[in-house]
Amino acid sequence: MNEHTASGDVRAALDKAANGGRLDLDEARRVYERADLFELGAAAHAVRLRRHPEPVVTYVADRNINYSNICACGCKFCAFYAAPDQPGGYVLERDELAKKIEETLALGGTQILMQGGHHPGLPFSFYEDMLRFIKDAYPIHIHAFSPPEIHYFSELYGMTVAEVVARLIAAGLDSIPGGGAEILVDEVRAKASPNKCTAGQWLGVMEEAHNQGLRTTATMMFGHLETPRQRLEHLFALREVQDRTGGFTAFIPWTFQPDHTAIEARKLTSPEYLRLLALSRLVLDNFDNLQVSWVTMGPKIAQLALYYGGNDFGSLMIEENVVKAAGVSFRLSRAEIHRLIEAAGFQPRQRRMDYTLVEPGCACGKPAADAKGATL
Amino acid sequence: MLNRSRYEALGLADIHDAVLAGDRLSAEDGLRLFACPDPLAVGALAHHRRTALNGDKAYYVVNQQINYTNVCVNGCLFCAYQRKEGESGGFKLSVADVMAKIEANPCASREIHIVGGCHPKLPLSFFEEMLGAIRGRLPETILKCFTAVEIQHFADLESISTAEVLTRLKAAGLNMLPGGGAEIFAPNVRERICPNKISGQRWLEIHEEAHGLGIGTNSTMLFGHLESEADRVEHMLKLREVQDRTNGFSVFIPLPFLTENSQLKIEKPLTGMDELKTIAVSRLLLDNIAHIKAYWVMLGIKQAQIALYFGADDFDGTVVEEKIGHEAGATSSQGLTRAELEEMIRGCGFTPVERDSFFRAV
Repeated sequence: MNEHTASGDVRAALDKAANGGRLDLDEARRVYERADLFELGAAAHAVRLRRHPEPVVTYVADRNINYSNICACGCKFCAFYAAPDQPGGYVLERDELAKKIEETLALGGTQILMQGGHHPGLPFSFYEDMLRFIKDAYPIHIHAFSPPEIHYFSELYGMTVAEVVARLIAAGLDSIPGGGAEILVDEVRAKASPNKCTAGQWLGVMEEAHNQGLRTTATMMFGHLETPRQRLEHLFALREVQDRTGGFTAFIPWTFQPDHTAIEARKLTSPEYLRLLALSRLVLDNFDNLQVSWVTMGPKIAQLALYYGGNDFGSLMIEENVVKAAGVSFRLSRAEIHRLIEAAGFQPRQRRMDYTLVEPGCACGKPAADAKGATL
Repeated sequence: MLNRSRYEALGLADIHDAVLAGDRLSAEDGLRLFACPDPLAVGALAHHRRTALNGDKAYYVVNQQINYTNVCVNGCLFCAYQRKEGESGGFKLSVADVMAKIEANPCASREIHIVGGCHPKLPLSFFEEMLGAIRGRLPETILKCFTAVEIQHFADLESISTAEVLTRLKAAGLNMLPGGGAEIFAPNVRERICPNKISGQRWLEIHEEAHGLGIGTNSTMLFGHLESEADRVEHMLKLREVQDRTNGFSVFIPLPFLTENSQLKIEKPLTGMDELKTIAVSRLLLDNIAHIKAYWVMLGIKQAQIALYFGADDFDGTVVEEKIGHEAGATSSQGLTRAELEEMIRGCGFTPVERDSFFRAV
């Protein structure tokens, strides 16, 4: 891992990727295992600059709203959920939801990220009504329901995934967050999240959503029960779907946070995070954007990650409950995020879910006039 | 290592060549490295030097830190730890308290690091007694105690020379001085952040004196407050000058200034990028100090991990108790075990080596 100088075949793969070529699984494995951390970062940054030549780093102002923590899934890496028969479960009331959205808009937020557990006792109309309630009252983008939730709805309510997606869109859903991907290899999912949808089902929901015109993100949570090889398989599975649909706006990897969960694992180090981030920039040649994870890595590593392939600082995270439950408590204000991005040598710009830019001082949600915005 | 063409494009080809040849860099080179907009270019050079000096080793030490008092007459503006005598929250340990802390430590430390405030009343005999008691209990352990600032304070209280203080403490069991109290040497900054502390010149003289008496020392720099990058470079070069004469410094420890609980208001607090660049420049300028410490208590664990690629080769120790950095707002946890440290260092891609205070593998 710490070879000072990469050997010829590794350097050839780095050069190929830096020049826009596509890496195969073997090349990616060699790079991941053996590339010098600086050469790897330089290649990833070169790819980032080809795609985004402007020295701009974007971020979104949104709020994580967990509409419920009641979940029948029981994933071993989760410190947030309450099982349906456990105390401590909640479903957010309408007035609380409204208050959270109003606060988000007041802070210049453009979207809400809404996710919940797998609640066995709610009717499908609960979700449709919630979306309509929000859309009727507020000019806000709804980024909601990760693929495991959508898959769960289809099973619980006896509908196809296509039908669930279509009805959620009709009720006001704007885009789907990439959560619940964890590691998209069934062997790993069987151990870490045995009751959650399979890798194929996760990818199937996203492909269906893309086909119905929704944009989505994709994530990866690594550093629990998977092997390095399985991380690569995850990236290649995403790349394959993206070749067909082009529907993913961004890839967001983060490291597993083991505190207060049922998995015992060593916390991955910052060099391991940067390696994976840079590798994903090289492998995911059909993804426009890579988010850095200040929530799990802290602001210092997030800054450096802007030189390892990242071009987006993620979210202001007006509220974040799930990672906090696992013992991580990094908090950043908009001013602090601007300062960090500027100190790293970039211009901070607020964006929307589709990466169009929000004009400075304006959070009205209308598309940016700036023509460059379309590519960011 | 990155391509030379990258350094040509940055106008740093001459520095690249000098680093590869192992040549000494100038103050101006240091400033040009600070001005370089590409953090990876600077980091890769520092990593090259670090690897030439220390291979893929990352050191750690099983040590114990004890702060004997927070009562201090100096009143430095950046310090969140100090109390005036009689002020609430002030404390002072007795020799018995210190021994109880050592007895309570479950692992046998290779090094005991003791520092405190400049207490207005504690006599030198108290410290001789303290060192004697520890030495009696732990004959092999390295006692790394009292910064140059404390040494001068003891001398002033007793109206004797610092050489005499050092000689008496050495006779009582002292092996090493820690590197604290250096802050930043530049007089115009020093008088604004720690007006009552010994001058930078005096700090350097006491360390040189200690080296002459066979007492090895560490060195530090507190950065990210009111100093300029030129002040940082000058600070490093002053250490390099002494080291050329004495070879008495074991390690350089760049300490980022933590703003949270200090009286000093900083307009533009440090960010992670600046910390890494400063660590990298120190590795490149301090060609005669073999080791650079990533002090995880102040940097935070994740930043200390990546610092191993930006010139640092030492992860400090299993710090059983640390108060000064935490009072200033450090959010790192209070202690790391040996197994945690080794696992973490391997995860970073390095080989963990447990060391003694003089960087000998144990």
